[in-house]
Amino acid sequence: MKEQSNERSFWASGDPRLWQLAFLGTLLLIGVWMRDFTLDLSQVLLCLGTAIGVQAWLGKGRHLFSGAITGLGLCLLVRADNLWVHPLCAALALGAKFLIRWNDKALFNPANFGVLAAMAVLPGAWTSPGQWGHSWVLGIGILALGMAVAGRAGRLDGSMAFMASWLALCAGRVGWLGQPPDVLQHQLASGSLILFTFFMISDPRTTPDHPRGRMLHAAAVALVAFIWQFGFYRPHGPIVALALCVPLVPLLDAWLQAPRFTWPGEQRLLVQGDPRDVPDLRPA
Amino acid sequence: MSQTSAPHKRRMLHRVGLAGFLGMGLLLATPEARAFCGFYVAKADASLYNETSRVVMVRDGNRTVIGMLSDYKGPLKEFAMVVPVPTILGRDQIHVAERAVFDHLDAFTAPRLVEYFDEDPCAIRRRSLEDRMVSAPAAAGSKRSGLRARKLGVTIEAQYTVGEYDILILSAKESGGLETWLRQNGYRVPAKARKALAPYIRTGHKFFVAKVNLGEQARTGLQHLRPLQFAFESPKFMLPIRLGMANAQGPQDMLVYAITRKGRVETTNYRSVKLPTGKQIPVHLKNDFKAFYKAMFETAWKREDRRAVFTEHFWDMGWCDPCAADPLSPDQLRQLGVWWLDAPGEAPPPGVPSGRRRAAPWSGGAVDAVVTRLHVRYTAKTFPEDLVFQETKDRENFQVRFVLQHPWRGSSECTEAGSYREALRKRQEEEVRTAANLTGWPVERLRRGAGMGPAPAPTPWWKNLWSR
Repeated sequence: MKEQSNERSFWASGDPRLWQLAFLGTLLLIGVWMRDFTLDLSQVLLCLGTAIGVQAWLGKGRHLFSGAITGLGLCLLVRADNLWVHPLCAALALGAKFLIRWNDKALFNPANFGVLAAMAVLPGAWTSPGQWGHSWVLGIGILALGMAVAGRAGRLDGSMAFMASWLALCAGRVGWLGQPPDVLQHQLASGSLILFTFFMISDPRTTPDHPRGRMLHAAAVALVAFIWQFGFYRPHGPIVALALCVPLVPLLDAWLQAPRFTWPGEQRLLVQGDPRDVPDLRPA
Repeated sequence: MSQTSAPHKRRMLHRVGLAGFLGMGLLLATPEARAFCGFYVAKADASLYNETSRVVMVRDGNRTVIGMLSDYKGPLKEFAMVVPVPTILGRDQIHVAERAVFDHLDAFTAPRLVEYFDEDPCAIRRRSLEDRMVSAPAAAGSKRSGLRARKLGVTIEAQYTVGEYDILILSAKESGGLETWLRQNGYRVPAKARKALAPYIRTGHKFFVAKVNLGEQARTGLQHLRPLQFAFESPKFMLPIRLGMANAQGPQDMLVYAITRKGRVETTNYRSVKLPTGKQIPVHLKNDFKAFYKAMFETAWKREDRRAVFTEHFWDMGWCDPCAADPLSPDQLRQLGVWWLDAPGEAPPPGVPSGRRRAAPWSGGAVDAVVTRLHVRYTAKTFPEDLVFQETKDRENFQVRFVLQHPWRGSSECTEAGSYREALRKRQEEEVRTAANLTGWPVERLRRGAGMGPAPAPTPWWKNLWSR
């Protein structure tokens, strides 16, 4: 009996990171198999190994899943013509997670930081926003997986707010330019965009704690990404925007206070002076 | 491209070619394929496709030089093209280049066929086949019209005659006005042009309109049109292809040769896919390489749902391996628009037999320029947006190359010869299957071509069950 209930709780209310790990792994396999990613198995292994290693070292052996998720995220995003970019990127990403903090909360989404570091400073590294293509079948697949994962972490609000803002901005632009609706469809079906929506901006650890804060943050990211991409004609709008909007998170957290997100089994942290944040110790 | 007569007596009717950057194909004379050291190597260059625009984009930072060459085949007096450009271009920002240098770049980056020869297995036992891959070198308006233009919201920002071209730089307030102006001035504008023009007007683009000045053209003594180039500074790293779709009949081909400093160029709003390379194909396809390549490309294009941009080549401009043409000289690179090379250059000696690997003699193998060759086959439906590019930091050289491995035809007899023939049969089967898979051609046709006869019927699985 006891075993059974454990099993149920593992799958039903279990760690959303397991789901995320499974889905990111699936996406990576689909990408390599169907989308011909120029990714080497040794790059994947080095990236994952380093990410888990650094997480184990700096996180004192805890949250290895998080390290693996960052590693897989980097494999999905970063391309390199050598073997050392991926592990270095993973080390930088996880390092930033533990070292660049505000109020005991990581400022940068680790994978986001890693990708930006790769693009900005590492030679032989790049990101291909077009790599997933614009297939609706794949797009809907990623959307469904993403919604399942973000929903489990209770972070669908941010994803939805981002998607809605991006849709509104792109639709407005297409309408203003007098372009056919195909253009909007093409812009929205981008696999990379959907992946960002559900696997990066939904990160519970680096986005605002309060649902309204998350929605505001996501809308701001969409706006900055839009300006970056269509106003300055620069690539990687969403990834750059997420990093540019990092200062918003502590501001929104200070304004709209809510309990800090914790992974299952982790002791909930108190946000200063918020009475709503007293750990709920009653049995579920 | 048939034409009706001009509606206005004195006005010449210009076809507005808008495909790709421009929209007219380019039919090159089939280049002379020269043999070297007894071996022949083919390439699949721009002459393969009927309607092909060729665009050379040189870019570093925001500085861009774009060169365009169309395969327009109609009467020169009817030629005209309209290209959206991000800024007003001055006279000295526009240049007419020589076609030969565009052809050379095309040959340098063309997908290639290389060949190896099996050696006598009895004479050279178990020695790895010597690499004998060899390449062959491939080879405007009065005062009154100004007033009229202003009424339509069209401003003639500048007009020049550059080489054999009369060029206008127009800005417009709305697409209807621009369309009317073009029609009134004798340009044959496709029916759906207004819709296609609108987004460019909204985003502040100017319009570069070129037609042939017949007098100047006669003075050049050339029978063909030369490429037009223009230099400008803009954050936009893109190619406006949408305008050309207004009058397109079917899919159009465009070859983009992007010359940059850091690394490979790819599209950010479409998938960039590398074409198959390094595959061994039946030797009889040597004389059929162009047809093979066309079918291979068509198959790859369909497999990618007709929505991908194909990378055909990415290489350092200082050397090649194997070479389909000599590396370009600094002078040729400058002609293409590469402004950052200052070192005085010495042209590569013509016709030097090439080895397997060759560095430009003037460079010592290092040139601060890399070239990406992208092949886009687009329709209005599959490419709803203009192409947007990014320069990656990828420096890994890539070329589309197919390999012929000629069998040894000698009559020596030894143990090795027996096992060689057995291995050869398997290899040839494999080559046929590879070619069939790449091209979509029937296996039987390829087998016949290879002189292999029909495929042996597969042995039933039970055949050896009880007969042992």
